[in-house]
Amino acid sequence: MNLAYTLRLADDALIIGHRLSEWCGHGPILEQDIALTNTSLDHLGRARSLYQYAAEQFNAMGTEEKKNYFSSVAIQNMVSAGETLDEDDVAYLRDGWDFKNLLLLEQPNSDWAYTVARSFYYDTFNFFFFSELQNSSDTTLAAVAAKSLKEITYHLRWSSEWVVRLGDGTEESHKRMQQAINDLWMYTGEMFVMNDADKDAVQKGRGVNLDELKPKWMERVQSILDEARLTLPAATWMQSGGKDGKHTDNLGYILAEMQFMQRTYPGMKW
Amino acid sequence: MTNDKLNIIKNEWPLWEVFIRSKAGLDHKHAGSLHAPDAQMAIENARDVYTRRMEGVSIWVVESKHIQASDPGQSESMYDPASDKIYRHPTFYDLPDEVKYM
Repeated sequence: MNLAYTLRLADDALIIGHRLSEWCGHGPILEQDIALTNTSLDHLGRARSLYQYAAEQFNAMGTEEKKNYFSSVAIQNMVSAGETLDEDDVAYLRDGWDFKNLLLLEQPNSDWAYTVARSFYYDTFNFFFFSELQNSSDTTLAAVAAKSLKEITYHLRWSSEWVVRLGDGTEESHKRMQQAINDLWMYTGEMFVMNDADKDAVQKGRGVNLDELKPKWMERVQSILDEARLTLPAATWMQSGGKDGKHTDNLGYILAEMQFMQRTYPGMKW
Repeated sequence: MTNDKLNIIKNEWPLWEVFIRSKAGLDHKHAGSLHAPDAQMAIENARDVYTRRMEGVSIWVVESKHIQASDPGQSESMYDPASDKIYRHPTFYDLPDEVKYM
């Protein structure tokens, strides 16, 4: 269960990191291009630490348990051959349904407002989540949390300021920021869904109680939206499934681009 | 220039000059310039552009238009008169032998 929990956090970090990296060379101005690339690398750095830890946990399991843990044939073959996994195998060789990231994070960049809104929702969640995870009884998770929190604090500042600037900017920027905030709202509910891995982690003192996180998240989002003269979207049907491996078709395209090199030329280094 | 191009230039974010202090106790040094819509974002852009390899511990920004620069055309009258005033250097004092390392 701790492996599932670790993996999900790693997947979140990898997928948002990949999405933000798509802006590299395409940013609206040089300074923000660099800012987003820095942020993307922060997420990828966190993904690495967590995948290393996940691989360690996976390798420690019994052979029978390992065999069908991932549906990916590439990984099953490695297990059959008695090989151990490393962080790259976990990132590059799993199939879509093995990924447990939030649906929010695989949503396309679309435009600057959507990119900002997606980061804003996630950074706010991340800030409260990793603040709590520092107290995890799992010392590795606690250490990753303590290190990541400084970066995440900056991410939250960055995305909050952009929400305010665009929301309280021109008529056009206000309209487009509100649209992005509205359109991505239905993916925010999933952040607080407590699945089995969450419940198990909370019970063992390793994880974060998402029920307690929600009011803090809501309060912060509301206050930034107020400052930005934006309206909190009305309650609506919330999408979920990412945490259980059921994704929007966006994830397939991300993985195709991200994994094809390792899938085509296994073990390739550069 | 077409009106479109003029508009783009008019709407461009202002230019800021960035000064970085590399470590506590040292002075801020000019690091470069960048575009930003306001002072707060100029500092954040400077953080991302100029300090991501641990170059600094403190950032100053000032909008470039507030810097008044000397006129290169006046270089002769500004700087040449100093060239033959060697007595302005403190090199004409007789130092007692006891004073070392001066």
